Amino acid sequence: MAKHHIEATVNGDPVEFLCETEDTLLDVLRDTLDLTGSKEGCSSGDCGACSVMLDGRLVCSCLVLGCEVSGRKIETIEGMAKGEALHPLQRRFLEAAALQCGICTPGFLVASKALLEQNPNPSEHEVRFWLAGNLCRCTGYDKIVTAVMDTAAAMRKG
Amino acid sequence: MAETNGHSRTNGQHYVGTRTVRPDGMDKVTGRARFGADFNLPGQLIGRVLRSPHPHARIIAIDTSKALALPGVKAIITRDDFADQPSEFIPAGEMMMNYKDVVRNVMAREKALYEGHPVAAVAATSTAIARKALKLIDVTYEVLPHVIDVVLAMRPGAPLLHDDLFTAGVEPRPDKPSNIAKRVEIKLGDVEAGFKKADVVIEREFKTAPVHQGYIEPHAALATVSEDGATELWTTTQGHFIVRAHCARLLGLDMGKVRVTATEIGGGFGGKTVVYLEPLAIALSRKAKRPVKMVMSREEVFKASGPTSGATVRVKMGATKDGKFVAGFAELKYQAGAFQGSPVQPGVMCAYAPYDIENVHVIGYDVVSNRPKVAAYRAPGAPISEYAVESVVDEIAKKLGLDPIELRMMNAAREGTKAAYGPKFGPIGLEETLNAIKKTEHWNTPLRKWQGRGVASGFWFNIGGETTVSLTVNEDGTISLMAGTPDIGGLRASLTSVVADELGVPYDKVRPIIGDTGSLGFNFLTGGSRSAFSGSMAIVEAAKQIKADLCARACKLWEAKPDQVEFKDGAVRPLGALGEKVKPMTVADFAKTAGKTGGPIGGVGRINAQGAGPSFGTHLVDLEVDPETGRATILRYTVAQDAGRALHPAYVEGQYQGGAVQGIGWALNEEYVYGDDGKLQNAGFLDYRMPVASDVPMIDAILVEVANPKHPYGVRGVGETPIVPPLGAIANAMENATGIRFTELPMSPPKVLKALKDKGLNKA
Repeated sequence: MAKHHIEATVNGDPVEFLCETEDTLLDVLRDTLDLTGSKEGCSSGDCGACSVMLDGRLVCSCLVLGCEVSGRKIETIEGMAKGEALHPLQRRFLEAAALQCGICTPGFLVASKALLEQNPNPSEHEVRFWLAGNLCRCTGYDKIVTAVMDTAAAMRKG
Repeated sequence: MAETNGHSRTNGQHYVGTRTVRPDGMDKVTGRARFGADFNLPGQLIGRVLRSPHPHARIIAIDTSKALALPGVKAIITRDDFADQPSEFIPAGEMMMNYKDVVRNVMAREKALYEGHPVAAVAATSTAIARKALKLIDVTYEVLPHVIDVVLAMRPGAPLLHDDLFTAGVEPRPDKPSNIAKRVEIKLGDVEAGFKKADVVIEREFKTAPVHQGYIEPHAALATVSEDGATELWTTTQGHFIVRAHCARLLGLDMGKVRVTATEIGGGFGGKTVVYLEPLAIALSRKAKRPVKMVMSREEVFKASGPTSGATVRVKMGATKDGKFVAGFAELKYQAGAFQGSPVQPGVMCAYAPYDIENVHVIGYDVVSNRPKVAAYRAPGAPISEYAVESVVDEIAKKLGLDPIELRMMNAAREGTKAAYGPKFGPIGLEETLNAIKKTEHWNTPLRKWQGRGVASGFWFNIGGETTVSLTVNEDGTISLMAGTPDIGGLRASLTSVVADELGVPYDKVRPIIGDTGSLGFNFLTGGSRSAFSGSMAIVEAAKQIKADLCARACKLWEAKPDQVEFKDGAVRPLGALGEKVKPMTVADFAKTAGKTGGPIGGVGRINAQGAGPSFGTHLVDLEVDPETGRATILRYTVAQDAGRALHPAYVEGQYQGGAVQGIGWALNEEYVYGDDGKLQNAGFLDYRMPVASDVPMIDAILVEVANPKHPYGVRGVGETPIVPPLGAIANAMENATGIRFTELPMSPPKVLKALKDKGLNKA
């Protein structure tokens, strides 16, 4: 069967690609579009390392098919910094040592940004439950949760 | 040129001990960092592994002809592509390994010994073709009876994994093979005499389940072999020099022709100290003459890598009525998986290490069964044996009506204590961690019904070992630091601070990289909590060379004698009267004119680091049990651990916090679940339940610093000890909350609920 021809927007740029029916959005991002910032930890939607935004909604890109994203808007970790300016979450993660090995970091950053966009003042409880779909095996989550709360507080002050 | 013990550095800047931003961080928050699966080469093939569906089967024949005929298939390898290896034990970090077993673990030979054991591997032009090819490989198996449980595997008549395995460490040598690979033992004093002196003796048997290291990044390797045998490999590993050695040995390659680059590594915890895909990728590339990329699925990671041992542990301890421990006995039976080499030896050595006890006797058995071969997992072996001992210590405290911290304090190992496993401890910080915990507000906060509090201590040896680092002073005075131990959790930040302080240059003028095996001398792997300890020691050596060289150059330029100059605050300074004639020269000044004063400037630290100081820790945990579901929720958690000196406090805290949460998973939820068919039933993150953010509270970390006198900065390794105390601390908190002593891990909701029901306690 012929491959699907898909046009979509990734981090604001128009892209087009061909994919097999069974190719996931994560496969397309990593293998076709060379956007390897989204990571594959499980390919079953359990670890969140492949988190991206699809039309403004947080999804595991391993659970979305490439051929489902026709005409849609995708945002990945590669689009999070604007030029030289890091997103405040990226900056805070660095300063607060909220990563150790860093494999889960892109997923946590994408998911945390999604949280702060809809809830600028989350409680610790809310942060922990929002991020419960992202696995981290290094940090014990402490510094990640703290970094998200601190970023939220700083962003509220402007 | 005074070399001092870190605390009194002579230069002006002090990055050591501060929370610098990691130099590799920018790439990691922007998605740019390249991990194992992020590397690709032009013309690469995709490699996939065919794995045994049976837990135990003789491999009668492997027919690859149909698969080879499939268009797009470029190479297939089986056992025939690997020469057999003689039986020979070699040290592998904190464990031992045998190439006869390694060659059989990377590719099954006579038998498949666990579900998921590699039987063949394919390289093809696409993943889809590789998958199709695997289905076309025809393997004829003779299915054999299997054994999963360690106690059953030890019984006479149990299905035998290896007919040439005779228990080592028993006299006389057994005349029949068995699944018991080894018996180990340590003895101090006379344990029977000790029990006679005891007023209270407690004996319990414990069981722990095997758990996986759970790194989020699956194993990945990319290999390319040219026609002349030159080999390049990119792989996610804790030790690329070790990978080189293993691959060269297994495939008969010259080490000098094998260049291994450690990619960024997405977690390891001991599980990436061995090879799985690497020799397969090289063998496939050698055959296909094209690059071959291989990545494991999560299911493959669970079924065929890691985990650590499950175990059965019997502990018997005796104490006098005022609480002095007088005897400690333990018998440990550890699962090794399909090949011998469980961490039972360190388990034996660590069991009673936190305590000063005159009479200790610990016996350990290393037992094979039809499970994946265990790999190191953070303080390998120690959490299991120390969990059992810490549980019994708690019971003794309860029985004698003593405060559990006071009881531990009374018996704590301290400087001069002779450990049962041999050495006499130097300065150590166990008492300090107990004191630190006792002073916390946490310890002094009241609890409510169904809540419980537990405390436990833990010990790990730590190691040093072979380490090379190079420091290059670039023409503009910036510094390139090359280390050879993969950076898993902030190593580059710690080492960069040391370089900056040693040479008196700004932190951001030092750029660290992890060099490949062709660029730097040998490094043992990142493990044993050694990389910051040994790396900083080697940097001090390399910096010493640079400082001596710059002083010598200054002497030439200034026509001075060696005692007229010193290196201080980042510059060679003239002393005494010379100071009126010439001005100090900074590292950057020398760099600019290096060509005129003797050429390139740099130093290489090549050391076999000795004097790793053990690290002790004490954990305090509060939890609440839901009597309706049996679920335990961790409410509050505090870790105190001796870091010797924290090079980078935030990353030391990170080790404490991360280890504690891994321990929470081990204690409450994680386990390998096998069916009667010998197959793993929960090979995925949904059913293998690691802690998520909503499962845990903040983890308070207290850095205790009792300097290690053998290290120039006082450093102790910190990475492993944090996973040792949680199991015991949480079990003790469960007892405190419910009155029930749980002797089986994990204390998962169904198990807890059943125990509550049995006692009629499941009504709130």
